[in-house]
Amino acid sequence: MGRIWKFGDDVNTDVIIPARYNITIDPQELAKYVFCEDRPDLPKEAQQGDILIAGENFGCGSSREHAPIAIKAAGITAVVAKSYARIFHRNAMNIGLAVLETDEDLDVFSDGDNAEVDLSTGVLRSTTGNAHIQTKPLPQVMIQLIEAGGLASFVRDHDIEELVT
Amino acid sequence: MGTLVEEILSRKIGRRVTAGEIIFADLDYMMTHDNTTPLAIKAYRDVGKPIFDKNKIVIHFDHAYPAPNLKAAEAQKRIVDFIKENDLPNFYHQGICHQVMIEEGFVKPGHIIIGGDSHSNTYGAFAALGVGFGSTEIGVSWCTGKTWFRVPETVHVVLNGEATPGVTAKDIMLAVLRELTATGGRGKSLEFSGSFIENCSMPDRIVFPNMSTEVGGTCGLIAVDDTTIGFLENETEAVGPFERIVPVEAEYERVVEIDVSSLTPQVACHPKVDNVKSIEEMSGLPIDEVFIGTCTNGRYEDLAEAAAILRGRKVNRFTRTIITPASRKVYEKALQNGLIQVFHDAGCTIGVTGCGACIGRHGGLLGPGERAFTTMNRNFVGRMGSPESEIYLGSPAAAAATAIEGKITDPRPYMQ
Repeated sequence: MGRIWKFGDDVNTDVIIPARYNITIDPQELAKYVFCEDRPDLPKEAQQGDILIAGENFGCGSSREHAPIAIKAAGITAVVAKSYARIFHRNAMNIGLAVLETDEDLDVFSDGDNAEVDLSTGVLRSTTGNAHIQTKPLPQVMIQLIEAGGLASFVRDHDIEELVT
Repeated sequence: MGTLVEEILSRKIGRRVTAGEIIFADLDYMMTHDNTTPLAIKAYRDVGKPIFDKNKIVIHFDHAYPAPNLKAAEAQKRIVDFIKENDLPNFYHQGICHQVMIEEGFVKPGHIIIGGDSHSNTYGAFAALGVGFGSTEIGVSWCTGKTWFRVPETVHVVLNGEATPGVTAKDIMLAVLRELTATGGRGKSLEFSGSFIENCSMPDRIVFPNMSTEVGGTCGLIAVDDTTIGFLENETEAVGPFERIVPVEAEYERVVEIDVSSLTPQVACHPKVDNVKSIEEMSGLPIDEVFIGTCTNGRYEDLAEAAAILRGRKVNRFTRTIITPASRKVYEKALQNGLIQVFHDAGCTIGVTGCGACIGRHGGLLGPGERAFTTMNRNFVGRMGSPESEIYLGSPAAAAATAIEGKITDPRPYMQ
């Protein structure tokens, strides 16, 4: 369980983490700068278990994997959005960050609400109010990658063609 | 049979594939740069398996090179150590990765190149499947030599007609952006054709796949013709024979047709790349920095377009004007043909070849309240520096005219 951080449409990778902070690969260092210009309270206050909600096309722009790494290292356990940019979505899967999609109305949640997400059922439920929504089932490839802890760990133990894509 | 992306993937895996399918394909090259290589090395080490074929790994230093600060210097030193340890043959620090990939002959029709950079789509100008990937997947592919693709549906962009003088490939691509919007090609292949594309030079064609990223495209592709092959033979190190890959009885998800003859110069305005207006509407907006360069418009022909306007003129004293050739080869030709002298005499600063100011790490950052007019491909808020700065995108000609006037300026009167 954690708090909801709410964003709009077309959140790009320069908003998630500006290029000038991508000079390290240390997740904790990157987490200090996640949304540092757009939402400076987030890197200071985010806790393990928090949930990020966004609209369409989340993560558009650069291929920088620093973006999902910074989000994950800040404590965000799941992102729920209407849709994602292709590279961001794949990057998130490859590092084991749960990225869920939904067509349901996300305006039933407010920034700052407490909520929890059940990855097995795909239900996002507010613990502040009564709101809850259903996300789309996670693709098998994402379940495999999250369970393995990311693509590199998966390929350490398996042939890459064992990914159920 | 199929769209260009279906043709490329079908040839690669030896059977017909169609949009929506998920396939594994062998990769020709995996490209990363100074910003994305460190995480690829980490993923490669996490896998713990040997490199599949070191000839397929290509590493460039271009994003922040030479290092503008100690952290970048440390990161680049670690990459060089890795290259030495593994005796990797393909290491370049002579300009923007995409430009150098083309010049050095890595880009050939039918090749599949995954790049740790979102503008890897650029290679599609040569009917090579260039796709942007994250570092982990690239580091893993150093061991596997292959990865999975979802064969994308195709949006067919047909550009017909002849552009009027002063209207460039960049202006036309900005008009495509307005039409498709920043999400209109998400996860799709953008296939560009039509009489305008057929008559385009390769440097101009490159603009279209390069900016297909800005509509969310997985890739942007142009069919192979004599212009493609002539350029590969004469302007690059690529060795033929080259496959003439064209779409065959293709089924497109969507067709967008634009008559380019009615277009005027265009500007993508702060704060979104699809906020595109004609330059007449934006004329007069004061500009603090003009930046000409990048993988979109940093080639010799782009510099020549700007130099034709700047020759014998001076840039506005309050508009710092930075010219950054895309590669050493571009720089050399600009030097030999007197373009660098023209820029110097006009009061421009010549930047170090590479990505320069585009990523806001060096070479011309924007302060709060400053406004840039640039030939870049994206104008995300804060990309070039302060989150309180603004970025406007246009052609090299419009950038040159803007530098002279110190405000957004229609280049056409300067081109007569």
